[in-house]
Amino acid sequence: MFDIERWQEIFDTIRKNKLRTFLTGMSVASGIFILVILLGFGQGMQNGIEAEFKGDAATSIWVWPRRTTIEYKGLNPGRRIQLRNKNFDVITQQMDVSYDKASVLYFPRDTKIVYNNDLLSYNIAATTPDLQPIENEYISEGRYLNETDMRQNAKVAVISNKIKKEVFSDLDSPLGQYLTISGAGFKIVGVYGEYGDDDGEEQRIFIPLTTAQLTFNGGDKVNNFNFMLPEQSSIDQTVAASEKFVKDIKGYLYEAHGISPKDERAIHVWNPIEEAKRYYSLIGNIKFFFWFVGLCTIIAGVVGVSNIMMIVVKERTREIGIRKALGARPWEIIGMILHEAVFVTAISGFTGLILSMALLEVVGPNVEIDYVVNPSVNFQVAFTTVIVLIIAGAIAGFFPAWRAVRVQTIEALKDE
Amino acid sequence: MIEIKDLHKSYKMGSNSLHVLKGINFSAEEGELVAIMGSSGSGKSTLLNILGMLDGADSGEYNLDNVPIRDLNETKAAQYRNKFLGFIFQSFNLINYKSALENVALPLYYQKVNRKVRQEKALKYLEQVGLKDWATHLPSELSGGQKQRVAIARAMAAEPKVLLADEPTGALDSTTSYEVMDLIQKINDAGNTILVVTHEEDIAHMCKRIVHLKDGVIVEDKKIEQVRAAQYV
Repeated sequence: MFDIERWQEIFDTIRKNKLRTFLTGMSVASGIFILVILLGFGQGMQNGIEAEFKGDAATSIWVWPRRTTIEYKGLNPGRRIQLRNKNFDVITQQMDVSYDKASVLYFPRDTKIVYNNDLLSYNIAATTPDLQPIENEYISEGRYLNETDMRQNAKVAVISNKIKKEVFSDLDSPLGQYLTISGAGFKIVGVYGEYGDDDGEEQRIFIPLTTAQLTFNGGDKVNNFNFMLPEQSSIDQTVAASEKFVKDIKGYLYEAHGISPKDERAIHVWNPIEEAKRYYSLIGNIKFFFWFVGLCTIIAGVVGVSNIMMIVVKERTREIGIRKALGARPWEIIGMILHEAVFVTAISGFTGLILSMALLEVVGPNVEIDYVVNPSVNFQVAFTTVIVLIIAGAIAGFFPAWRAVRVQTIEALKDE
Repeated sequence: MIEIKDLHKSYKMGSNSLHVLKGINFSAEEGELVAIMGSSGSGKSTLLNILGMLDGADSGEYNLDNVPIRDLNETKAAQYRNKFLGFIFQSFNLINYKSALENVALPLYYQKVNRKVRQEKALKYLEQVGLKDWATHLPSELSGGQKQRVAIARAMAAEPKVLLADEPTGALDSTTSYEVMDLIQKINDAGNTILVVTHEEDIAHMCKRIVHLKDGVIVEDKKIEQVRAAQYV
């Protein structure tokens, strides 16, 4: 392999058979190129779908009440269900259910937000510190609501990047500014942002639940409950755990509010993981499909290489005869042909690899198609594929070379 | 140099067996220039192929430079060919993508001579056949006579014990043929043993001995007065 004379001989051959070398190389390089691009887009679709779900934690569960539709225990249908602090405490403190985070949202009615004598048209949402991980919000400045705010009924507010941009653009930082909400001053302590492009959620100004219930006569009313469940080892288990959780809390809430167990609509629970599961299995199928197409491409590449090698060896039968007459040993000839095959496959395989990875590197982050985000490929996988192709190329070259060497030298010399 | 005793060779053609060589006894001393003659089908090419270890005999003895040649596998045959024999073919058999110099250097590559020495030696032999200025040309850029001279230089490059020429002038016009024979005679004058297979009388008479083959046996073996090719050139 490291015989310098052999290398020189091979470079001579390659230099003088440029077209042949180029064609072999092209079939290998394009095979690898297509595979890498396909795998890259498979990954891109997975990233894209994951990004769509990034808005809220995938294992979150949202509970909000509506009106009853069935008469039950003497209560009329059409009755409005009102969630209360007590319900939340029972779920989080007394029931035997497992969750990572739990929070509530309370939307005070008829609030008026004023800053600098301007009336702002944003929504007030009262909540607890745990909402941040459930809604998967990030903090770009200051801090989120905390337990101390809750205990002290602090008049603090957390605004969004969007509000900062729209209202406080002439200030370095909105922190420390006061918003007047229905007459009460709330100090801005933080700025949050939402992942994903769901702008609607950046309309909200968060204030502590306890403060809101006191200030806006909320009493113990809340509008909805939000939970984030622990992730299990598989998506199926996560889905099963979430279904059990939903069933348990629904059972409690139906009983506490006197709702008929047959009433499907009185309390709505949104469990996005069930939807996510469908997408994940879709991703699985898409990835499988891309792999399948990619492997077919590689197989086509291998067949192409074998084909070219067979033609090359056939074309060189006479040359092989001459070399044998001049004293080449059979293994020297097989070695030479294989060496050339492996060298050409390797160079073009890596060329295809580098080109396709460069393309993904450059174009990938700029791709702006729905459900395709940053297509990229696992280098190790691509590298392994090149190695497989090289080995396949060597095997593909070996058999014709072996056969050519078996041909009697005089027969080979007669070959036209 | 060459000794053959009771050499037999037959080819299987379907169910028939074609007996090509029917007991050849032949020997050649060092420095001889032997023409092997015969009509087509007489077995002269088969004999040359066996001498060249390109083909094996069915029975009989073959000694080359006192080395018994038998039970050859491909690897051993290749080694012997490289060490003992130089070939000159009717169709030249140059590698078409290699320059004249590289063609001449090729047997040395298989002798594991390093590249620089190879090039030097090859150039020396090209000079001997008068083609030094054509060293970088491809075979396709050479005339038939030039190609054959390159082939002769290649055969010489390995410094073989015996040169085997199979119809070396078969593809050339008579003037060029005489030039090639002149070269072969000069190489022979330098002490090399050469066997030439031919069916042309005038070429045969430029050798020092003529062996006639007919139907697989030697019918005539005589020393002759050599006609120098130089006078026709």
